[in-house]
Amino acid sequence: MSTFWSIWVSVITLGTIFGCWWLLLATRKGQTSDAETERTTGHSFDGIEEYDNPLPKWWFYLFVATCVFSLGYLALYPGLGNYNGLLNWTSTNQWEAEVAAADEKYGEIYAQYGQTPVPELAKTDDALKIGQRLFANNCAVCHGSAARGQVGFPNLTDNDWLYGGTPDAILATLHNGRMGNMPAKGVMPNMTSEQVDQVVNYVLSFSGREKDAAAAEAGKAVFAQGCVACHGPEAKGNQAIGAPNLTDNVWLYGSTYKWIRETVVNGRQNQMPAQGGRLSEDQIQILAAYVYSLSN
Amino acid sequence: MKHDIVEKNIGLMIVFIMLTISGGFLAEVLPLFFLKEVNEPIEGLEPLSALELEGRDIYIREGCHVCHTQQIRPFRAETERYGHYSVAGEFVYDRPFLWGSKRTGPDLARVGGRYSDAWQRQHLYNPRSVVPESNMPAFPWLFEDYVNHQGTAAKLSAMKTLGVPYTEDQIASAADDVDGKFEIEALVAYLQQLGTVISDRR
Repeated sequence: MSTFWSIWVSVITLGTIFGCWWLLLATRKGQTSDAETERTTGHSFDGIEEYDNPLPKWWFYLFVATCVFSLGYLALYPGLGNYNGLLNWTSTNQWEAEVAAADEKYGEIYAQYGQTPVPELAKTDDALKIGQRLFANNCAVCHGSAARGQVGFPNLTDNDWLYGGTPDAILATLHNGRMGNMPAKGVMPNMTSEQVDQVVNYVLSFSGREKDAAAAEAGKAVFAQGCVACHGPEAKGNQAIGAPNLTDNVWLYGSTYKWIRETVVNGRQNQMPAQGGRLSEDQIQILAAYVYSLSN
Repeated sequence: MKHDIVEKNIGLMIVFIMLTISGGFLAEVLPLFFLKEVNEPIEGLEPLSALELEGRDIYIREGCHVCHTQQIRPFRAETERYGHYSVAGEFVYDRPFLWGSKRTGPDLARVGGRYSDAWQRQHLYNPRSVVPESNMPAFPWLFEDYVNHQGTAAKLSAMKTLGVPYTEDQIASAADDVDGKFEIEALVAYLQQLGTVISDRR
């Protein structure tokens, strides 16, 4: 704040306080006794008169006290322009003190867990309790409070992994997030409606649920052309790019003919937001252990 | 001074009342208009794109700010949950401010990038489908209605008048940028940029 504004603020603030003080004393001047009197202000409206008794003492001193309090407050806390106050208080250093106090209390525990390898941490009850709370605050909104996921958001308890379930893969997912992208009709943009039907039947046949065996058979060729690049010749998927295994009867977007057809026709875009900038390294380590513990 | 004089001259009383009331404004508000921290954007802050600006107007129209604040206070409990506390320089292009005052839902100051677009869409279509205990209303019509692009350019130039540095090119292409977009796209675009300029953890 420039000197001008600093003085501006100080003058108005102090002026207001002393103005109140002056008003308080000035209006009391004419009153010599604190006792109640029959004296009136002298005016009469419709026969109604107004007593001119002094302010009760306790009330008067309360006003004085507020003025004294405000001066004390302004001496201790920042209120007068650039003057920082005797306590040097700011909202930022109050926050920093809060954080420092918390770090002192929990920092050691976090640091210790942060250094522990995920599989070992996943067997530590206290770490899992912290992990569960972190999960509830940061992950449950998509993956559900029981981590069982929902349509479009993976179940984390079934040991079926889009990007791998090793500690390193889970840590990488948490750190950097994941961008899933299935292009519409795979890499075969000119797939006809009939071919879509065939390939959906073929995909359903992996879990023995095809509607039309002939179509499923025909779908094999379509699959080889449009889907193999990501899902692999055996449709087992590819965790390096997050292409799901289609043979395990675990479905992120629904398992019926209708759902799968929609997936093939329109493709799917999905994203796991990166937590790297949001949570600390230690918190991510604990979360990874919690997620790991759900299926190990 | 006898208070009779003040009480019997209403004009004089009005002057005194105005002086008294303006004290707080003059000391607490007026200097902020000239304060650097409050008027200068933080590094990397860009004005909202045309689509995001339309999204902001949908945010206002649907009353999101009535239940959601956009200001993270410097308390550990809030910075742990939401991220770095809000700073004044983040809001210099906000006309009006959408800080809100009632925290029925979570603070949205740094909701950008926190959830995927797909989640935001599903949540706005039916909040209960992703957060079973949520009491937020559903906004299914956002998925049916197109953004009205007729006024977009005028909105951008109005913002420019208020000091938001939009370029002539941005204003010229504003209508095309939002033409044919669903309202949900605009709203999600707005939400996904909230608070993303300060990305470092707390």
